[in-house]
Amino acid sequence: MSPPAATISHVVPEAHSLGGLLAPSGPPRRAGALAASATFGWRAMLKIKHDPKQLTDVIAIPVVFTVLFTYIFGGALGGTPGHYLDTLLPGTLVMGVTACTMYGGARLAQDVTTGVFDRFRSLSVWRGALVLGGLLGDAGRYLLAAAIVVILGVIIGYRPGGGAPGVIAAVALVIGFGLALSWLWAAVALLVRDAATVMNIGFAVVIPPTFASNIFVQPRTMPGWLQAFVKVNPVSHLADAARDLMNNTGGGGAVAWSLIAIAAITLVFAPLALRLYGKQG
Amino acid sequence: MMSTTGVAGDGLAIEAHGLVKAYGGHRALDGIDLTVRRGQVFGFLGPNGAGKTTTIRVLATLARADGGTARVLGFDAASEMEEIRARVAVTGQFASLDEDLTGYENLVVFGRLRGLSRAASKLRAEELLAAFGLTGSASRPVRAYSGGMRRRLDIGASLIVTPDLLFLDEPTTGMDPRSQMQVWDLVSQIAAAGTTVLLTTQYLEEADQLAGQIAVIDHGRIVAEGTSAQLKARVGAGTLHIRLLDGQQRHKARGILAGTLERAVELDSDPLALSVPLATRPDATDVGGLIGRAMTRLSEARVAVAGVWIGQPSLHEAFLALTGLPASPADTDHKDTYS
Repeated sequence: MSPPAATISHVVPEAHSLGGLLAPSGPPRRAGALAASATFGWRAMLKIKHDPKQLTDVIAIPVVFTVLFTYIFGGALGGTPGHYLDTLLPGTLVMGVTACTMYGGARLAQDVTTGVFDRFRSLSVWRGALVLGGLLGDAGRYLLAAAIVVILGVIIGYRPGGGAPGVIAAVALVIGFGLALSWLWAAVALLVRDAATVMNIGFAVVIPPTFASNIFVQPRTMPGWLQAFVKVNPVSHLADAARDLMNNTGGGGAVAWSLIAIAAITLVFAPLALRLYGKQG
Repeated sequence: MMSTTGVAGDGLAIEAHGLVKAYGGHRALDGIDLTVRRGQVFGFLGPNGAGKTTTIRVLATLARADGGTARVLGFDAASEMEEIRARVAVTGQFASLDEDLTGYENLVVFGRLRGLSRAASKLRAEELLAAFGLTGSASRPVRAYSGGMRRRLDIGASLIVTPDLLFLDEPTTGMDPRSQMQVWDLVSQIAAAGTTVLLTTQYLEEADQLAGQIAVIDHGRIVAEGTSAQLKARVGAGTLHIRLLDGQQRHKARGILAGTLERAVELDSDPLALSVPLATRPDATDVGGLIGRAMTRLSEARVAVAGVWIGQPSLHEAFLALTGLPASPADTDHKDTYS
């Protein structure tokens, strides 16, 4: 087992310069809340940069659903694929973003299991910074998903009546909803402490309401109990709000409902996530 | 390599009284008292599950004790957490680094989180990578690092800002001997620069090599404390080894020694040698007197003695005597790979 003595001596690192590095650093500094959050955001971006394949779902889900529904079901559902796009595209925008909200939570759970999380907690850093920094990374991911949907939509013939301001407002609203869900997944991650479990719970919670909504079809043909759910489903309100903004239709009721949903989800889960973060084991 | 450095340390780095921490019904800590002077390397020695990591988690404010009090660098661990966090660094049992990020990026992240400016973080990261012999791997993701490289980077991340107190939780567990030597060298240098180090280990040899003061922990309690030499002395004076000129006289010698020393006498595999483990005695003069009498009896009986010496007990024997348990299976593995 033991290596020959000759190899030992030449691989021992030249650590003689360490002494000079260990001079007392003076009074302890504390990273500001903003700087710390930005650092965690930077870290989240670096993780995406080093492992771009984690973006597969972010890209695939909106592309597949937009193309699939437009060309296969579009004629049947909306008269023509072109007409259907007005309804569908704001909907797939909502879906594309919603379906990738659990990744941030999964990353957080991974940090917990690898011990990185404890190390961050052992630092004198504002306890919201890790979660908030994660949200910055999430926002980047959501923006990418949104951009893909919009660009793809324009390529296949979608012309937003609301113009650029309408599209930007819709994207901002949908990202706001995504960030509210990020808090939810952060709380779940800190409770279950396992990345795969967060993903499984995430899909189980996110996918059914995405279909049981008005994203793909109007609920007219659904059974009554399902119509009732579709009506209260925040995903439906958000899809309607995105349609109103992008197509410049409607009076803003759906937008108001969406903002209320975003505020409610955030107010419940942000304090919970922060509480779980600060909790000492 | 004993490194109780003479760096002026006013006051205590750690002062804990009666720490209790229970997980469910299991008392991971069952009344820990601990005093660590500033500038000291303090070894926390115990088998798996003894409570070493839990103690570090409480002292580093990652866990809250259910009972007892702890002051770390003069600050209360239950109420002045931020003060403690700003001054201590924790290197956990498993290298807690970001696998996806490069070594350089990991260090820059910690620099920023320690309150350094962007430029200072980058400079510090480069300096540390150079000092730890990791410059060549600076831009590789940590995923691709070997165990020894990870541990070095991990310790480097704890030195971004020189901490007043460094917790090192089993820094060499599972390491090959070469990497272990590198880590020992690092710890000695860190201690020499004046940082107080609390080191946990399952390896007696490691505590013996690095720590000036050692506490032995078992089942959430400290069962013994002192310098390596004091702990060995508490266990016993060691083993008396006697070598005869004539192997024919061994049985005669055995009878005389057993009668005088009132201890079991073992016949070694060497046909000329005998050994007598000297069980715990409060004072060494007693042992000296006993041995003197035994030698006189052997001489009177005309048993020719070629040599006599006393072997110091190993810390392993000390552990066995203090806890009633062999140190840990891991220790045996370690010994195997090390020799």
